[in-house]
Amino acid sequence: MVKNRYFGAPVTRNEDEVLLTGRAQFVDDVDLADLLHAAVLRSPHAHARIGAIDTARACARDGVVAVYTAADLGEFWRPAPLVVPPPPIEGLVFNQRTQFPLAKDKVRHLGEALALVVAESRYVAEDALGDIVVEFDPLPVAADLEKASAIASARVHEDVPGNIAATVHQRKGDYAATAREAARIIKRRFFYEHGMAQPMETRGVVAQWDERAERLCVWATTQAPTSLRNGLAALLGINEAQVRVIAPFVGGGFGAKLLMYYPEELLIPWAAIRLAGSIKWIEDRGEHFVATTHERGQIHDAEIALAEDGKILGIKDEFLHDTGAYNPYGLTVPINSQCSILGPYHVPSYDSAFTAVFTNKPIVAPYRGAGRQHGVFVIERLLDIAAREMGIDGTEIRRRNFIAAGAFPYRNEIMFQDFTELRYDSGDYAPILDRALERIDYRRFKQEEQPRLRAGGVRSGIGVVCYIEGTGIGPYEGARVQIQANGRVCVVTGIGTQGQGHYTSLAQIVADRLGVSVGDVDVITGDTDRFYWGAGTFASRGAVVAGNAVYQAAEAVHQKILRVAAEHFSCKEDELIVDGGEVSVAGKPDQRIELGTLATKANPMRGAVSPGTEPGLEATRYFGPESGTVASGVHAMIVEVDPETMMVSIKDYVVVHDCGTAINPLIVAGQIHGGVAQGIGNAFYEQLVFDDQGQLLNATLADYLLPTALDIPPMTLDHTVTASKTNPLGIKGVGEAGAIPVGALFAQALEDALDLPARGVEILEVPLSPSRLWELSRS
Amino acid sequence: MLQELLTVRTSVNHVSYARVVEVRMLLSDFIRHELRLTGTHVGCEHGVCGACTILVDGLPMRSCLMLAPQAEGREILTVEGLSPEPGQLHPIQEAFRETHGLQCGFCTPGILMTMKAFLDENPSRSEEEIREALSGNLCRCTGYQHIVAAVALAAGRMGGKG
Repeated sequence: MVKNRYFGAPVTRNEDEVLLTGRAQFVDDVDLADLLHAAVLRSPHAHARIGAIDTARACARDGVVAVYTAADLGEFWRPAPLVVPPPPIEGLVFNQRTQFPLAKDKVRHLGEALALVVAESRYVAEDALGDIVVEFDPLPVAADLEKASAIASARVHEDVPGNIAATVHQRKGDYAATAREAARIIKRRFFYEHGMAQPMETRGVVAQWDERAERLCVWATTQAPTSLRNGLAALLGINEAQVRVIAPFVGGGFGAKLLMYYPEELLIPWAAIRLAGSIKWIEDRGEHFVATTHERGQIHDAEIALAEDGKILGIKDEFLHDTGAYNPYGLTVPINSQCSILGPYHVPSYDSAFTAVFTNKPIVAPYRGAGRQHGVFVIERLLDIAAREMGIDGTEIRRRNFIAAGAFPYRNEIMFQDFTELRYDSGDYAPILDRALERIDYRRFKQEEQPRLRAGGVRSGIGVVCYIEGTGIGPYEGARVQIQANGRVCVVTGIGTQGQGHYTSLAQIVADRLGVSVGDVDVITGDTDRFYWGAGTFASRGAVVAGNAVYQAAEAVHQKILRVAAEHFSCKEDELIVDGGEVSVAGKPDQRIELGTLATKANPMRGAVSPGTEPGLEATRYFGPESGTVASGVHAMIVEVDPETMMVSIKDYVVVHDCGTAINPLIVAGQIHGGVAQGIGNAFYEQLVFDDQGQLLNATLADYLLPTALDIPPMTLDHTVTASKTNPLGIKGVGEAGAIPVGALFAQALEDALDLPARGVEILEVPLSPSRLWELSRS
Repeated sequence: MLQELLTVRTSVNHVSYARVVEVRMLLSDFIRHELRLTGTHVGCEHGVCGACTILVDGLPMRSCLMLAPQAEGREILTVEGLSPEPGQLHPIQEAFRETHGLQCGFCTPGILMTMKAFLDENPSRSEEEIREALSGNLCRCTGYQHIVAAVALAAGRMGGKG
């Protein structure tokens, strides 16, 4: 067995050079002969009947090639397929209402697509949008989550009274019975709004129909190229082999590029076939705010039952979830919220019911964390309040409730978003908390620093919160590893990549197994012509699921190398050393062969490949974990608040995290930093502000505030390791960890800094902002 | 409606170009689609994100807020012109690679160009100054920590005292 040289090392990235020199190809960089350009007419209303759409002037404009409305789509006009069906939970109600390629009869959210213009340039296409006249008859708007759930509310879908998209009830144990035994019950109502991903690259699609080859090639900013290929073939009525989807370099995704099927992903290929040409559509930032998926609000009525010593006896929670106008992504987000409430804690009984509600707002689908934030906020706030009311230190009440290190695998007896029981494969939570408290010097801050600062009039506070994250869910990913005649190694997998460093982390896994350097491994992702199968990059699963497929394929190639080389040298396999890009025989320095030469020998032009073997040094393997693997962590933060402006200054930020065995600590750190930054945005800067007419009031980056380098503090990271039990590499996902607990952390630290509970004020909502803090502190 | 056409003569990465364009064409589109230098990225087209930052006569500018005719007679530098020679990296690019200062890489060209002007002016920069200078460029992946580290590393190598 080759020693791990690269796995676990902070290797710099293979993909960086092309990105740093401007040579990387993103979707908008695709350039084709006779390329046409598209623009989409979008609804200015959140809810309105559509009367006549007059496209005559647009069609007549110089340079316009075609204008399409729903009426032109024929059989292609139908609701999009459901991406994720609801999990098999007893008694579950799910009203499936998915989006259309272009709206017909009525629009249900601001920005819903109404017409597509194809023209010789983007400028002309946008000019032509202004030529189209649409008759609207505005309808009453279901904008507010709570009001929309009332039976008398305006209906987003006429046949769905009360706008009920789904109801789900999950139970563990008997909460009512445990509550009767409780020493204390704490009840609160929590509001958690979550914004949107806002990757720096907006969405885009380029489609080329080659009429002679009868093939469709689509470049898309998608996180799930395989699903897009399959969906396009099915919806267009052509063979999957006629469709190639390429997700080239993608400028960030975070969930926003995961929805199958955005209207444009269907319309642009459809129009390319119809016009027998090539069409590019690139979303602009204004469109992005209303045409790309959001995450959004939940309202929780939660109670926790505790024993005298602060141990949790049970939790009861009922919540409303705003799903927007359609629910193509099923119940992933609210089920994540439901499951995340259990946290790293032993909760003997749990009773959780939610109602997902249609509103006249853009579609809600997973965005980094995907509802976990909401759940973490509820449990962490409940524990903060319990600690205060019961006179126990906030960190101590958490420690008392941690699932014991010996209790894994730990069963939660409810169903997770991946359709398996929510089961924690491994973990050890107390050491993570200990490490975090040590790194932020909790005791000294509480006993010395804070009193000293307060005496000097400085509003300083500390927060410490815990979370777990279900990662690396199935169903599967696959990979093909191949040694080429030039000695380079090619790794192909079906997942796409949006900056997570897969070109490097997957190469590290292979390099060790095959004794080559990371730079000798070319990773190819996101091209359906190169690898047929795959699910996609989401739910912190890329490195876990594809990584283990790559590992197993590399291991199989390693075995092939040994077999072919043993034959070549007429020696035993265990005498061979595979390293430095060649195979040699131990103790015989003159007996060596380069891997490329060996690969050619395994694929001879004459002679025979033995029956029962395959040519080449190549293997394909699929990995499907039985269930997800659970990462965990603690975030701790010291803040100071300016009492005049209520601006927050983060003095110290510590993350201690357990993502199992790390493939590349540099990449892990980057994932956590980026996650925390998005968490800070959610907690204090970012809010999608809708009015009661469903209009988004801050749809520019000047108004919707993404955090800058001045808002994000330097972070101290530390790690503990409990290897995953669900995969051979022992790895757990890390993509979403940074983002999940930050709302809860801000609430706790700001309450402490402003000493709000002493004045009877609690922070029960996120996002916060300076003005909201000002209001709260004076309420 | 016919759009007025103009000839734009400009130098980009030390190469002279003359192109006839509609007067309304954004400089970012001119660079990307007319000159096919697609390393300059367009993130918001309203001057906030900074991804399209280029150097115009040595000064960082948002190419989405300029029209192509405004580049007449100017010297433009884009990310493609940053490295001293093909196959080599500029010290800032090299530092970004070493410190994992980029993830998806979409915002990176704009940040590199902004930081080039910033360090060319004076390579002795504190972390606070670096963060201040970065604050006009949005990055959604990195949380900025490795970017700050990259700029500090490059600053040291470019003659700054750190």
